[in-house]
This record gives sequence, C-alpha cells and structure tokens, in this order.
Amino acid sequence: MERVVDPLAGKPSLWRTQAQAIVFVAMVAGLIAAPFFTYPLFLMQAMCFALFACAFNLLIGYVGLLSFGHALYFGWASYISAHAAKVWGLTPELAILAGTAMAAFCGLVAGALAIRRQGIYFAMITLALAQMMYFFALQAKFTGGEDGIQAVPRGYLFGLIDLRNEMTMYVVVLAIFLGGFLFIYRIIHSPFGEVLKAIRENETRAISLGYKTDRYKLVAFVLSATLAGLAGATKAIVLQLASLTDVNWPMSGEVVLMTLVGGLGTIFGPVVGSFVILLMQFKLAAVGEWVLVIQGVIFVACVLLFRRGIVGEIAHKLRIKL
Amino acid sequence: MNRVISLAALATALACTSAQAQQLNVKIGVLTDMSSLYADLSGPGSVAAAKLAIADFTKANPNVKVELVSGDHQNKPDIGSQIANQWFDVDKVDMIIDTPNSGVALAVSQITTTKNKVFIVSGAAASDLTGPKCTANTIHWTYDTWMLANGTGKALAKTGGDTWFFLTADYAFGHALERDTMAAVEKNGGKVVGKVRHPLNTNDFSSFLLQAQSSKAKVVGLANAGGDTINSIKAGAEFGIVKGGQKFAGLLVFASDVNALGLQNAQGLTLTETWYWDMNDTNRAWTKRWQQERAGKFPTMVHAGVYSGLTHYLKSVAAVKSAADGKAVVEQMKKTPTDDVLFGKGTVRADGRKVHPAYLFEVKAPSESKYPGDFYKVRATIPAEEAFRPLNEGNCPLAKG
Amino acid sequence: MLEIFGIPSTALFGQLLIGLINGSFYALLSLGLAVIFGMLNIINFSHGAQYMMGAFAAYLLLQYTGLGYWPALIVAPILVGITGVIVERLFLQRLYKLDHLYGLLLTFGLALIFEGLARNKFGSAGLPYTLPDSLRGGQNLGFMFLPNYRAWVIVASLGICLGTWFVIEWTRLGAYLRAATENPTLVRAFGINVPRMITLTYGFGVALAAFAGVMAAPIYNVSPQMGSELIIVVFAVVVIGGMGSILGAIVTGFGLGVIEGLTKVFFPEASNTVIFVIMAIVLLVRPAGLFGRRA
Repeated sequence: MERVVDPLAGKPSLWRTQAQAIVFVAMVAGLIAAPFFTYPLFLMQAMCFALFACAFNLLIGYVGLLSFGHALYFGWASYISAHAAKVWGLTPELAILAGTAMAAFCGLVAGALAIRRQGIYFAMITLALAQMMYFFALQAKFTGGEDGIQAVPRGYLFGLIDLRNEMTMYVVVLAIFLGGFLFIYRIIHSPFGEVLKAIRENETRAISLGYKTDRYKLVAFVLSATLAGLAGATKAIVLQLASLTDVNWPMSGEVVLMTLVGGLGTIFGPVVGSFVILLMQFKLAAVGEWVLVIQGVIFVACVLLFRRGIVGEIAHKLRIKL
Repeated sequence: MNRVISLAALATALACTSAQAQQLNVKIGVLTDMSSLYADLSGPGSVAAAKLAIADFTKANPNVKVELVSGDHQNKPDIGSQIANQWFDVDKVDMIIDTPNSGVALAVSQITTTKNKVFIVSGAAASDLTGPKCTANTIHWTYDTWMLANGTGKALAKTGGDTWFFLTADYAFGHALERDTMAAVEKNGGKVVGKVRHPLNTNDFSSFLLQAQSSKAKVVGLANAGGDTINSIKAGAEFGIVKGGQKFAGLLVFASDVNALGLQNAQGLTLTETWYWDMNDTNRAWTKRWQQERAGKFPTMVHAGVYSGLTHYLKSVAAVKSAADGKAVVEQMKKTPTDDVLFGKGTVRADGRKVHPAYLFEVKAPSESKYPGDFYKVRATIPAEEAFRPLNEGNCPLAKG
Repeated sequence: MLEIFGIPSTALFGQLLIGLINGSFYALLSLGLAVIFGMLNIINFSHGAQYMMGAFAAYLLLQYTGLGYWPALIVAPILVGITGVIVERLFLQRLYKLDHLYGLLLTFGLALIFEGLARNKFGSAGLPYTLPDSLRGGQNLGFMFLPNYRAWVIVASLGICLGTWFVIEWTRLGAYLRAATENPTLVRAFGINVPRMITLTYGFGVALAAFAGVMAAPIYNVSPQMGSELIIVVFAVVVIGGMGSILGAIVTGFGLGVIEGLTKVFFPEASNTVIFVIMAIVLLVRPAGLFGRRA
C-alpha cells in the first residue's frame, strides 16, 4: 500500500518522538476530560472501535496485508465475552480475557490459511473465512442468532468494583484502550516491527536476508486479531450486548474505512478515523440510510484523492511522523 | 455500516394554546422498522397512528404537550438498544412504543426497566414479554404468539389439520410462535412431523418449501411474518404446494400482507387478529383519517394498537401528573380500565398483558371482495377472557404477588 | 414415492435443481470477475452491487416503460454495462499504476454507494418481479416438480457462459484480449487501442453481472442487499477455482452450486458454510486454486 516516506530518516529523531509524545499526551488529556462534556456511552464505544482500528492498522499499515475479515475476531470475541459474563458468570476482566483468547485462536487458524496467498487473494480469503464464521454465529445456539446475547451483566471488576456506574466503566475502557494502543506502539518500534516493515517494503528481499517471512506475518496476524478481539470483548461488556452486526461483513468494511480515513500506517490515524466515522454516524443518524452512501463516497474520495488519510496528510504537511 | 442510529427527529410540535392548569411535557419515541420487511405492517403507519392519538388527546387536554420522535431499528437488536439508550439518556424520551421484531423488543424492554421508563409493545409478538421476561415497565398491547396459536392453530387442528410442518423465522418471535402453536396443535390431537428454521428477511424459500413438501404434512405452518410470510406463500405457489394437497397456515398474517399478496394468492387463509379496519363505523372513520397520511394503504392491528396504547398512556400520565417515574405510570395504566374508540373497553393485567377480544378471520376470494380493502369475513369471535394466556400460566414473576 | 438413500426423490432432485440454479449465478458472476481480473488486475467488489442493479433495472423498466422480462434481459445489461464503462473511465483508470488493493477498496466504496442509494429509494424489504407469462407453471417429472422458469435459468446461463468462453478462447477478438492481458505494450505496438479494450472489457463483465441480476429477479425478490449476500460466496468460488481460467470459473461455479444443494439434503445446517470449508481445504492442498497457475 501507500509507502509513507519518512522525510527525516537518518536524522536524530528527537523532534519526531516529541511530536508523537505531545499528541499522545493531548489525546489522553482529551479522553480524560471528554466524558464530562459528551455522552460517555458514545465515547466508550468510540474507544473500542479506535482500538479495533489500531489493531487492523497493525496489519495493513505495517505489514501491508489487507484483511477484509476483521469482524470475525471483533465479533466472536464479543460473543464469547458476553457468554462468559452472562452464562458462566465470570467477572468482567475474565470474560474479556476469554473473548480475547477466542480471537487469538481464530486469528491463528484463519491467519495460517490466509497467508498462503498474497495481495488480493489474501483479502478475499480473509473475507470468506469471516463470512463462514458469521454463518456459524447465525446458527449456533449460544449466540442467540438474530436476537444476539442480550442483557449481559457488566458485573464487578475483580469481583469488587461495580461497573454499572458509567464513569467507572469509562475508566476501565480508557485503561484498556490506552494499554492496547501503547502495546501496538511498542510492537511497531521493536526489532520485530522493523522486520514487519521490511516485509511490507519488499518481501523477497526480506526472505533473501534469511527471515522466515511467513512466520512473521502469522505472528503479526495473530497479534492483530487478538487486539481486535480485546476491543470486541470490551464492547460487549460496555453495551451489554453481542450481536450479528459485529461479526458481519459490513463491520469488516467499516474498520477498513476508519483506518483509511485516519491514515494507513500512522499511529494516530486509526484513532482519529474511528472517532470521525462514529461521530458522523451519530450526527447523521437523522438521515438514516444516507450514511451508507456517504461512507461509500468517503471510501472513493480517500482512494482517489487523499490516500494518506487525515493524520497522514497533516504529518506530511508538517514533515513530522505521527 | 448498519450501526446507524436512525433517529428521524421529526418532532411534531403540537400547538399548546392555553397555559391554564399545570403544564405537562411528554416525549414519545416510536421505535419501529421503517424500511424493511415489517415496514408495511408497522413502520410509518405506526408513526401516523401515534400522531392521531396525540392530536386527539391534546385537543381534550391542552395542558399536556407531547413531542414525538421516531427511529428505525432495522431489525437489529444492537441498533434498537443504541437508539433506546440514546433516547432515554440524551433526548429524554419518556416512553417507547411499537417495536416490531421480538428480538429488538426484548432488548428494549430490558433497557426500559433499568432506566425506569415505559415501553408499550404493539408490533412485537413473543408472549415471553408477559411471560418469564415480563417487567414492571413494559405493557404488551395488541396481540401475542399465544393468542395467535390459540386462534389459528387451534381452529386448523380442529378442522382436520392433524399433521404439521413448521417454517419458522429463526429468532425470538419465530421460536415463540412455533412453541405456542405446537402446544396448541398437540393439545387438540395434532402432530408435528418436522420443522425448518430460516433467517429473517429471506428472499428465496424454495429449498425450505421442498423440505416441507417431502414431509407430507397436511399443514405447513408459517411461523414468520411480514415479507417472509408473503415470500413463503408465493414460492409455495411456484412449487405447487397447495396443488399437491398441502395447506398453508399463516400463523401471523396482517391486512398489509393480504394486500401485498393479493386475494388471488391469499384467499382461504385463516388468520387471527384483534382489530380489522372494516369491522365497524368507528374503525372505518379512523381509517379515513389515518389514510390522509398513508394513502392507498390499510391500517393493521399494530397501527390501531399504537393509537390505543398511546391514548391510554397519555391518560395515565395526566392522572399521575408526571411522566418521570415509569413504574408509577405503568401502575396507573394497570389500575384504570382502558377505553378508546378502536379497542373499546379493556384492562391491563398485572403481568403487563392488555386484554381484549380476538377474531378468527378468513380471507375472501376475489369474487367476494366488493371494494379495495374488503379482505376478511369473520369466522369466530374469541372473547377477551379466552383470547390470551391465563395469568397464572405465563410464569411472570409479577403475576404471583 | 421413490426414495434414494432414504431421501424422497422430490427432495433430492429438488435441492439438486436449486443447487444448479445457485450454481448458475455463481458461474455467471465468477466468470465476470475472472474476465475483469484478467484484463484490469482488479477485483471488482461492486460486482454484487451491479448484479443488484441489473435486477432493479429490470424492475424499473417494467414499472416505467412497460418493457417486460424478455426485452429487459437485453436492455438492462446494456444500461448497467454503460454505467460500468463510466465507472472505469472516471475512477478505475486512475488506479492502474497503484497497488491492486486500491482497486478493491474503490469498488467496495462504489458498492456501498449503489446499495445505499437503492435502499434509500426502495427500502430493504425486496420488491416482487413477476414471472414472464411464457415461463409460468412447471413440469411434473414424476420424481420431482420442475418449474419452467428455473429450468430456463440453468439453460440460459450455461449458454452465456459457454458463449463467453468460446469468444475468449477461440476467436480473434479473444486472442487480442488474451494477448493484451499478457503483454499490453506489445499489443499496442500492433495498433490496437488497449485502453479502450480495457474499458469495454469492464463494461462487458459488468453487463454479465447485470444479466444474472435480471435472471434472478423473478426467483429472488429484487432487493438492495441481494448482491452483497452473494458476492462473498462468489469470492470463495473464485479462490477455489483460481482466476487463471475462464472454463475453470464456469465449472467451479456450477460444481459448487450442486455440492451446496446436496448439502441441503444430507446436512442442512452446513449448507451455508460448505463452500467456505471447501475453500479452506483447497487452500491447504492447492493454494493456487483448482484451475489456477502458481503465481
């Protein structure tokens, strides 16, 4: 995909890391202040989607793999976490962990199949596998089919803290989001992340340098699926509902859109993108079905006119890396 | 992309002329299916019915100011919950009404209870709403699956339909209708030889109908509704189901479905409803008013239920002088007998079940129909005390106290 | 009644027939995808939406101009094909130098626009399109009941598929096409207008989808989401068959339809997923697909 040329490569990276740190601090401050001004449920949902988009971006932005089936991990994690909290009676943190583990497992199986092909085929295979799991969700008894899993209890965190309070829940979601975000940042800036970027730039060269690229790709895929699952599992607890929407193909498309709008291969892009898209859906709710059309138009505009996305464009203009 | 909150904020600002008495503000949300398979039987028609109820009530009670919003849940529980949450938290809606699709209705019922607001169900059918899942904030107004089974299922089982095959919509409503009908059929000496479940909003029923055909059951019970029922019956005509000697039992058929199928396809169907536009002069007069907004359509019992339920709600709010405490309003609604032009006199039971008579209809043949909308002839009237599930059989915790 | 493996023959042959019909649509759509991919190197995600547009075109032609099924079978694909040509000229042309994934994203966006517009205008319940009078009714074959229209769908799509295959493999035009796929520069040197050929190829692929849409209209209702439900299955079909060969796309399409139909008889719960399971197995055994060449 789009190569983000680093204009400052080779120079001391002081200003660059500072820019990222400043934006990060601003983001955290904004998210701490936000629930006092905005509808907390909306913010929590947006953070779940932001984490989902960041996880997706790990794959497309840093390994160059376009997965068109990320709803699989997001949706199935939310089913398992909802089921664990409601039927098994697990505490929320364990329910979320169970959901995340499910996503990791699905990611391992689907990833092992999908990385056997490249490019467009990779996208089609991930989409088809996700659709298969959608049909499983539709027919399996415990998912409740069209009804979904309703009335999921938020429960007590560690068995102690009551999450029915919106603000307490908000703090938990914020912590999960920031934890996931920093973890992804860490991956990208590790030696492992450097290899991933080398694969994105030129896979053949990476192979000739002795890297087993398939293994790297698979690990990246599983990591991405796991984090997407963390987001989905959390969302199920927040909204107290797991449903088919989260596991169906439009959800896979939506996360692509969020990342594309924000900026592929940028750290903050997916966060900005998901807030923008959710806010648009929230504000444009009155015009109903036009949302689908508008999303389509944004897709087309992004692909034709600004492939760098919002954050990518800003970073490009300011000659910094975000 | 479907996680759209379609909060069509069309607020009908109703003029409040006199400022005497205590000013009372109420906000109503019609949560319904605006564009999909249940849009004809509820949808915009329910909004029109709600507007009529508000107009009639505020004319007599000018001190009450009623605001109306409507939303499209797209038959998805997550979108329905999201709209409900947002209506209660942000837009300060006091009561949600209609909500076809039992899966969505059950989700909204639960949210309504945690927020202590009011939910009046007209469009959804699952009898669980006044059964194990009843709440002190939800009232089930128009009809339910037990009543349908008790009407259509019983009538057909008694007249020789002794082997059944079910074609069931695979969600809360279909399951409830199938369960209740099976019980009614078996109680009357019939047998269920098979069933198949289909996804909501299916367009091609051929492979399901082939299964029904090879089961050799005498009756193919359609435990689905709206567009799904229409498509099942049409595909059945193509594959010669009725010619082969089997009979369709439309367990939930609305006037709007009969209109869409045409009498040619629908003739002879037996069905149960609690309200029919052409029953009497008051219904016909109301239909004329309703048609000013929905030209060329005919109102269903769901539309009538929205009008009737909303009227009773507004009366009760005026009586307790506040819409803030949902439980208190519902208690008031249960205490006072209901009385409106469409359903006449009735009561709301402890479990939230509104009780009124039901009617067994038969769809007329094209030759018997004299004017547009002349769909049914009445075969039997089921009195109010027999039409719905007895209070003590529903396992509703509220009914025990 | 005749029984085979304990299954009544009406059920078995009936489901096989439905399988063949689904297979016809898989074949027509994957054929179009393969033709477009061969020339443009783009996976046309809006293929499902264009199939839906074909059905709506037929519906609208009947509503507003009174043109019935048979004229619609020709007019609708031409109209939708023209929109395809416009899409190629306006949008796709700008993407050929970029990563192929951008083509996928762009056509996905277009699919959303088309579907959204249709939903806005017509709701999502599905509109009825009546059978043409000449194909009403059916034959009672003794072991099953065969509706005439469904028989026609199988025959017609088989005809179109084989016709396309013949043109591409055995005619001069097809030879140019294949050559332009292999080496566009060389073909241009022969004085052939390659960009126009690409545009027309896209238009033709889209018209094939629209043709399938018109055929589907009387069987399934005409609904905005009819295409998106189908296209993902067709993607799996394409992965199984491999994009390399036209004949491969046709054979895989029909074959998988039949397998799906049989699954409905013997293990109905798996009928929605069987194609995806086959895809997974094929990926393990022959990653390039049944008819594909190794990349």
